[in-house]
Amino acid sequence: MGLLARALASELTGPLTRRFADHGAKDLKPVETGLVMLRGRAGGDGAPFNLGEATVTRAIVELPGGERGYAHILGRDAELARLAAIFDALWQKPDQRRTVETCVLEPIASRLEAARARRSAEIAATRVDFFTLKRGEDEP
Amino acid sequence: MSAMAFADPAFESQAAFRAILRAIASPGAIEPCGRGLKPPSPLSPAAAAAILTLADFETPLWIAPSLAEWGEAAAYLKFHTGAPLAASPRDAAFALLDLERDSLDLKSFAQGAPDYPDRSTTVVAETRSLARRPMMRISGPGVRGMAEIEFGPTPGDFLSQWEANRSTFPLGVDLILAHGAEVAVLPRSVRVTGGE
Amino acid sequence: MYVAVKGGERAIRNAHALLADRRRGNRDTPELTTAQIDEQLALAVDRVMSEGSLYDRGIAALAIKQARGDLIEAIFLVRAYRTTLPRFGFAEPIDTAAMTLSRRVSATYKDLPGGQVLGPTFDYSHRLIDFGLETEDAPAPTAPAATAASDAQGPSPRVTDLIARDDLIERELAPRPGAPVSDITRDALAFPAARDARLQNLARGDEGFLLSLAYSTQRGYGRTHPFVGEIRFGEAAVEMFIDDLGFAVSIGDIALTECQMVNQFTGGDGRPARFTRGYGLAFGQSERKAMSMALVDRALRADEFGEEHKGPAQDEEFVLSHSDNVQATGFVEHLKLPHYVDFQAELALLRQLRRDGGAVAEAAE
Repeated sequence: MGLLARALASELTGPLTRRFADHGAKDLKPVETGLVMLRGRAGGDGAPFNLGEATVTRAIVELPGGERGYAHILGRDAELARLAAIFDALWQKPDQRRTVETCVLEPIASRLEAARARRSAEIAATRVDFFTLKRGEDEP
Repeated sequence: MSAMAFADPAFESQAAFRAILRAIASPGAIEPCGRGLKPPSPLSPAAAAAILTLADFETPLWIAPSLAEWGEAAAYLKFHTGAPLAASPRDAAFALLDLERDSLDLKSFAQGAPDYPDRSTTVVAETRSLARRPMMRISGPGVRGMAEIEFGPTPGDFLSQWEANRSTFPLGVDLILAHGAEVAVLPRSVRVTGGE
Repeated sequence: MYVAVKGGERAIRNAHALLADRRRGNRDTPELTTAQIDEQLALAVDRVMSEGSLYDRGIAALAIKQARGDLIEAIFLVRAYRTTLPRFGFAEPIDTAAMTLSRRVSATYKDLPGGQVLGPTFDYSHRLIDFGLETEDAPAPTAPAATAASDAQGPSPRVTDLIARDDLIERELAPRPGAPVSDITRDALAFPAARDARLQNLARGDEGFLLSLAYSTQRGYGRTHPFVGEIRFGEAAVEMFIDDLGFAVSIGDIALTECQMVNQFTGGDGRPARFTRGYGLAFGQSERKAMSMALVDRALRADEFGEEHKGPAQDEEFVLSHSDNVQATGFVEHLKLPHYVDFQAELALLRQLRRDGGAVAEAAE
């Protein structure tokens, strides 16, 4: 679900039409955008406080076999949420799980990993290498 | 396949909210509410629409025993509203009961606090009949002169219970009466007396 | 005296049309897209999200466009928008120790696990207008490349956790599981306010107001002797518990700035002296806001540490009641709206006083 929440719609529409065109998923609730209250902790590790809200879009679908798929994704992309919920449901079918993993989840994971690596390389170039000239307490 | 709730939650819940608001503002008025909704039995469209519209994940819902035993109805309300089930009537923001099969005890619900009278339970009651007939008379804010209402079955001690509820104003519960796809409301502010 | 006024509808309609026209500006200039605002005015978007109290870059960018760059107007639009949406629930508290860092600096420790990473910052820039940005056909800037694999970001524990190991700093109260968390968007602020309500208020508070208060504490109006323990900016995962599923799921990532302020120590009454803390957390890269919030958070803890009140930043009711720029702008700007009746009353009173012969009369109010 974490990967599906970070998917691009294009990463889901392709595999869905190519491999799961007959998924037969139906909405159990209309896809809806709402709010989730985000929380921080005082001092980073203390008691929680309400930081502010974020938009979140929720989709809940059901396959003809009764598998329920859920998606809660930050933002307002209803189509993305619905696609993610369908794949969440498909993943629960033992005979589809492998296909969902190789065709959908793994490509998302490798894209995210590549982006993370690129970003952290850019950021790492701004790491400070301190060199101490002379420290007072080291005086003889 | 689970039953769908509102197909268009924003507009349909606003329409139901508006209907309930009108019914509260004009005690005794019978307003259409929940038309087109097909909740699992034994829920009426009106009662389902009221709960779907008013309850959410922050409002504990108490479901009376006669309705709770219909697992599908309780699951439907839980799934579509996200409302946690209240342990007792006193903890409930909203309550759902059936006047025919459950006993009605208005005092058992949350009455609100003097600083926050809104923290009382809003009770949604399924009825077998609901009409503007002179079985009972309603007077008070929102009513020009007298309004008439008949709903049933009515508990034998209803009038004395209601008078006790009214006398603690601004505390007390509000009662939404549901029948089919119609609602009427008795807010805590009105006096209800026996009619003919 | 009663003054009835009517009319103005046509003027208002036309004013709206004129506003739309002026918002678009010269048609020879290409229209601004919300994607451009999101990407290229990213820090304005961050501020609007923080003070609008809604994490949604697209909505914030659109609000900035609609408000013609008036950020407080944009914040107002975002606050109004959030009221149209149902709330689905609460996220799990964000684990800032596990953030993917884009920036992390400490003014208290030179060498700290995970190191100091400057990230994209104005801190060391010359404040000289860069005329190179004026042309649109300048070569695209390129991000720097890492020099060695050893530069990879290791675990970066919070600086306050490092100091806490030696018991030299106060520890945050351990969270009580299931304890209710104040929500000032649902229940009106009451005084004295709990720390969670104060932090929520400050997180939504106006950056300029908090900056001035923070500055005032440095200038002696409630000194707290602060050090920046750490500032970190990066992305954190958001998790939400889904009732139907019975477990928490990851629903995406958000950018956050966190500031840990290390402040003057207290002790006595048998307790060893320890540093105290102030905390700031804001959406996006909002460093000035997070720092100001941390300083004001610490100043507001004066009573907790038995400190004498010497400045407005320590006055909880004053700070929390005036921090919200949507409330503030509403009350200040409403003065523009017709007050004909009120003013006529004052005018009549003043004339009456004059007639009664007292040129020097007591103020009408």
